[in-house]
Amino acid sequence: MSDIPAIQADGLVRDFGKTRALAGLNLVVPQGTVYGLLGPNGAGKTTAVRVFATLLRPNGGRAQVLGHDVVTEAAQVRRKIGLTGQYAALDEYLTGRANLVMIGQLSRLTASAARRRADEMLERFSLTEAAGRAVKTYSGGMRRRMDLAASLIGYPSVLFLDEPTTGLDPNARAMTWEIVRELANSGTTLLLTTQYLEEADQLARRVAVIDGGTVIAEGTPDQLKSSVRGEHLEVVLAEGSDVEAAVVAVKPYAMGNVEPDERGQRLTVPVVAAEGLTTRVVRALDRAGVQVNDVTMRRASLDDVFLALTGHVSAPAEDAEDTDDEDEEGSEAA
Amino acid sequence: MTAITAELVPERDVTYGRSPVSHFVTDLWVLTKRSIARIRREPETLADVTFMPVIFILMFAYVFGGAILLPGSGNYHEYLIGGMLGMGLAQTAPGVAVALVTDMSTGLMDRFRSLPMSRWAVLGARSIAELLTQIISAVVVVGVGLAIGWRVHTGPAQVAAAFALSLLFGYAFTWAGVCLGMVLRSPEAAQQTGFIIFLPLTFISSAFVPIQTMPGWLQPIAAWNPMSALAAASRELFGNPNPAAAVDAWPMQHPELAVVCWSVAMLLVFAPLAVRQFRRKVLG
Repeated sequence: MSDIPAIQADGLVRDFGKTRALAGLNLVVPQGTVYGLLGPNGAGKTTAVRVFATLLRPNGGRAQVLGHDVVTEAAQVRRKIGLTGQYAALDEYLTGRANLVMIGQLSRLTASAARRRADEMLERFSLTEAAGRAVKTYSGGMRRRMDLAASLIGYPSVLFLDEPTTGLDPNARAMTWEIVRELANSGTTLLLTTQYLEEADQLARRVAVIDGGTVIAEGTPDQLKSSVRGEHLEVVLAEGSDVEAAVVAVKPYAMGNVEPDERGQRLTVPVVAAEGLTTRVVRALDRAGVQVNDVTMRRASLDDVFLALTGHVSAPAEDAEDTDDEDEEGSEAA
Repeated sequence: MTAITAELVPERDVTYGRSPVSHFVTDLWVLTKRSIARIRREPETLADVTFMPVIFILMFAYVFGGAILLPGSGNYHEYLIGGMLGMGLAQTAPGVAVALVTDMSTGLMDRFRSLPMSRWAVLGARSIAELLTQIISAVVVVGVGLAIGWRVHTGPAQVAAAFALSLLFGYAFTWAGVCLGMVLRSPEAAQQTGFIIFLPLTFISSAFVPIQTMPGWLQPIAAWNPMSALAAASRELFGNPNPAAAVDAWPMQHPELAVVCWSVAMLLVFAPLAVRQFRRKVLG
């Protein structure tokens, strides 16, 4: 059972009119992990999630969730998945509890099981107090929590979180992160799309970087970072220090060329992180009579990875991908 | 954290083993309850099928009614209610369109589609909820009618037939609203388009004024308007004044049959159209 991937995509293609949103996407997400889909707007993240969640049919290739084809075995797939999109998919006029019970029953729980489960979820997401109020009176953060609760009510094995923190304030974001971590610990597979590199870095065990509808890099966040530029020490020299002497002093610790910046105040020293390394480098500089203002161990951020891989900076204008998709879908379907 | 994964769900808590028909009925019931719950929480959403007919009845009975002369003789108050019944039913169509467009545009439909439920139950439940709304509307019209002096001069069988025809017509008309909801993209557009279609439909009919008072070129349009057939059928079955009986057009000569024909025709046209649009939008 557990060697079947939670999600597998083979050469997935999806067109919206003339736009190719997915251009042969390949992906394998093992069970019980948090997997990040990272990419700019329009990269195809949302389209991929919608295909996996049986909301869109692919034009080519195939996708499976826990071994079930998303097109031919959609019914089985729907029993195993939960979906949380960019906006709360709830009935605004019903109470929070009524929403959960309804979605529970539509997830094929019996009426009594749905009520029990709804109360469990309300308790878990600290929504018991608001449970009797109509959802339209909820704050943004409460809606998002209610939406998460709704997507969990049917005991999903695989949960899709499509930009779960877009538009949330830092508090609500932190709470969502905490829930994601707890879910991961309980064995649920999570597929998380995000434009925020920090989010992927914080939450995902593995990340696929998507651009132009294909995966352009895949691995753990650490692997991706080291593929761009390894760890390095950044040494900031005091005004008027002897740059040449500094370069010679740190050379024994460097794994490659030591590059001073143009103003001769900052050295970038490629290193392999080791216990006490920073101390030794500082001592060496001290012995050489070089004054140091600052030494920092730096690792490439996913931002660097992103820039290097896609050639553009991450997280541009918000929401563009989703609305594009919807419009294209409408015109294509008509 | 409480149990999440599917493997941990207790067998007796799920209904996977039941038949597809049983699942469909459950979904239909759950979603119909959803619509009813909304009405119970916000009774003002019923204003268009309760207060509106009351206002129309009072306006036509006491403001315009005095200026409307029925051909032959007859009490306008008794004439009015047969027409109002149809208007109250047709009023609900924009509402169903708005509700469906809202579901489509808020992402709730995406949620439904990711669940192991029947998609068709969404449309089915909406039409059932609308039927309940129409029953409420009919009760209001009858109540206000009785208060302003409207009376039935026939037996229970005819009255039952009149209400059965009205609700058949109302149910068929609901599917026109469902269609509208499938085609339009915003709740506002649905509301306005519904109003634009509905207004001439009720006013170029015998609902409020006798067809004979209209200019000659308009009379055939009014005579073939389904709303006129419903009004004529109700008046005939209630034993109320029905001047349209003198209009030389097939639907006015056979109003009950005409209502059945119109209803079946609307169902045959709008239900498959709505289902087709729904399939395109939702089964993607």
